Amino acid sequence: MDFLNAFIALSNFVLIPAISYGSQLALGALGVTLIYGILRFSNFAHGDTMAFGAMSTILFTWLFQSWGISFGVLPTALLALPFGIACTIGLLLATDRVVYRFYRAQKVKPVILVIVAMGIMFIYNGLVRFIVGPGDQRFFDGARFIIKARDFKAATGLSEGLSFKTTQGITIVTAIIVVAALFWFLNRTRTGKSMRAYSDNEDLALLSGINPERVVLYTWMIVAGLATIAGVLYGLDKGFKPFTYFQLLLPIFASAIVGGLGNPLGAIAGGFVIAFSEVGITYAWKKVATYVLPESMAPDSLLQLLSTDYKFAVSFVILLIVLLFRPTGIFQGKAV
Amino acid sequence: MKNLLMATAATALMAGAAFAGGHAKEVKLGVMVGFTGPIESLAEPIAKAAELAMAEVTASGMLLDSATVTPLRADTGCIDNGAATSGAERLIAEGVNGIVGGDCSGVTGAILQNVAIPNGMVMISPSATSPGLSTVDDKDLFFRTAPSDAREGQVMAEVLQDRGIDSIALTYTNNDYGKGLADAIKNSFEAVGGTVTIVTSHEDGKGDYSAEVGALASAGGDLLVVAGYLDQGGLGIIQAALDAGAWDTFGLPGGMIGDSLPANVGPDLNGSFGQIAGSEGDGLDKLKALTTEFDISSPYAPEAYDAAALFMFAMQKADSTDPAEYGQYIMEMANAPGELIYPGELAKGLEIIKNGGDIDYVGGSAVELIGPGESAGTYREIEVQDGQNVTVRMR
Repeated sequence: MDFLNAFIALSNFVLIPAISYGSQLALGALGVTLIYGILRFSNFAHGDTMAFGAMSTILFTWLFQSWGISFGVLPTALLALPFGIACTIGLLLATDRVVYRFYRAQKVKPVILVIVAMGIMFIYNGLVRFIVGPGDQRFFDGARFIIKARDFKAATGLSEGLSFKTTQGITIVTAIIVVAALFWFLNRTRTGKSMRAYSDNEDLALLSGINPERVVLYTWMIVAGLATIAGVLYGLDKGFKPFTYFQLLLPIFASAIVGGLGNPLGAIAGGFVIAFSEVGITYAWKKVATYVLPESMAPDSLLQLLSTDYKFAVSFVILLIVLLFRPTGIFQGKAV
Repeated sequence: MKNLLMATAATALMAGAAFAGGHAKEVKLGVMVGFTGPIESLAEPIAKAAELAMAEVTASGMLLDSATVTPLRADTGCIDNGAATSGAERLIAEGVNGIVGGDCSGVTGAILQNVAIPNGMVMISPSATSPGLSTVDDKDLFFRTAPSDAREGQVMAEVLQDRGIDSIALTYTNNDYGKGLADAIKNSFEAVGGTVTIVTSHEDGKGDYSAEVGALASAGGDLLVVAGYLDQGGLGIIQAALDAGAWDTFGLPGGMIGDSLPANVGPDLNGSFGQIAGSEGDGLDKLKALTTEFDISSPYAPEAYDAAALFMFAMQKADSTDPAEYGQYIMEMANAPGELIYPGELAKGLEIIKNGGDIDYVGGSAVELIGPGESAGTYREIEVQDGQNVTVRMR
């Protein structure tokens, strides 16, 4: 039995990847949940908003790189991030002005807004492909690893290596900062409070003099920020390709719904539940089990519950179970 | 009904061709390649290489009674069995005496089953590599100057064995090519006493392969063999495996050999090795000297030149353009004994045959037909050294 090696193997293949993936999902789900809570529709265009944000950040990164600007060991993309967010805010506000405002004035049912959002999704989809193309884009620079597996093995003498990528570190740190800032904003500032009031009861909020257009404006700006940050972090960590952002829509929605739509805390919890389930269920536990169990009980099979091909099915199944047994999600969001 | 008519017409034409025997003034060879579809960028050099061999022979005037050889092109679409079959039927209707093609394994099988076998037409494919085509009951009508992926599996097993690798983990891109190649590598490696700890597929075009690598790493193995594409999931798998520190060296079959892989992965790839079908040396050099109009060393173009050449040698040997008569000589032309014939020397070969001599056609791809009429295949063993794919030896 060798618990230390087991723990290192577990950290290397499950804990660290799941925590960073969970952070990316949580940031994405926060955007979805804010739109659902305040603007009252499921924004299916969120995945492609992330793609657009990541794309504009990539374009600025390339611009900075061509000017010879770099950020030392950190990726240049972090410097380009504010500019990417600005572009995304512009895009979302323009979309709101041209499309969503029209439907808001009509006071249409949420289901119509969902269809509208799908239309927007396809437009963003095409826009991103039109500008940057459908292929992979690489924009990572700086140091690749905080801890490298080979160095870790040499330093500790353990048989298992632990690798901790810079992008994983950045993802986790950024997610903590962004979430803390968001909660401070929602709970402590006047605008944040008015957004929550508008979310809780629209009519009452209007009666107490809250300007709905301002609330909508701030919501889109925050959502643009969250989507761009989530998109860039995912792109840095796993590579940018427009189609993968479209695929991310499912786990992101699953996260938001599992946690409770409209509840920011739930979105974060949901993100980690989905990430740990996806990674945990598709991980082959043989290695860890071999270290932990006595030798006589060492497994021959891989101890893999589901092949990795079914990764996306995991979010689907969790989504179904939650909707069947607890439609409001873990944290009592709004009923879907 | 249309098919029946076509077939009848074709049979009549074939009979006509047979009566004409060796005294035809014109020999027609079909060239069936995927001018459209997934490998359209490779198709043009393949077709041009085959046509180059035909032009060479026509110019020499040595074939039969100084016959002219006319190429007739048809499109396979690479993955479109319907288009490929109707294209082949059109060629039959136009009275071809043999077909160079098809290109991709799927359509090649379809043409063989639906057109070539019913019409008794001989096909030589320059590029179909599926192991499945080795076992097809082809009535001795199908040959290929490209090696089967099963052969690549054997070569890979030899390479691994020579380098002292006892156990491998294996992942393949989830399609016919990847699956066939992975099966071949697994069977060959186990046959020489190696252990394959796990065989899993991966999908191309995903953002993240850490889960796949996690499963592979759990199974362990001295080396990870990635039977994928270098611009696709194969690259993602290698990147993720290096990131997680799961493997340092990789086994790279043909689909993973290319300049972009070392460039994208960086110095961590140094020391990884693999193999790709290909030749070097006299044959290819002489072929390259023949033309500068297109890139004749493009993948499978030398094989196409050789396929066309083999047709014409076999016709000369049989003194006939009837597939039923010349088909049996195709293997003999490619193999020893006999005088070695290189690209550009087709006229010399034809003359030797005419005078009753034997030839051993080497061609641009060092062609040597084995077993059910497929190329034995020479492979370049590649090792990544200082960010370059270096050929360390031939196999």
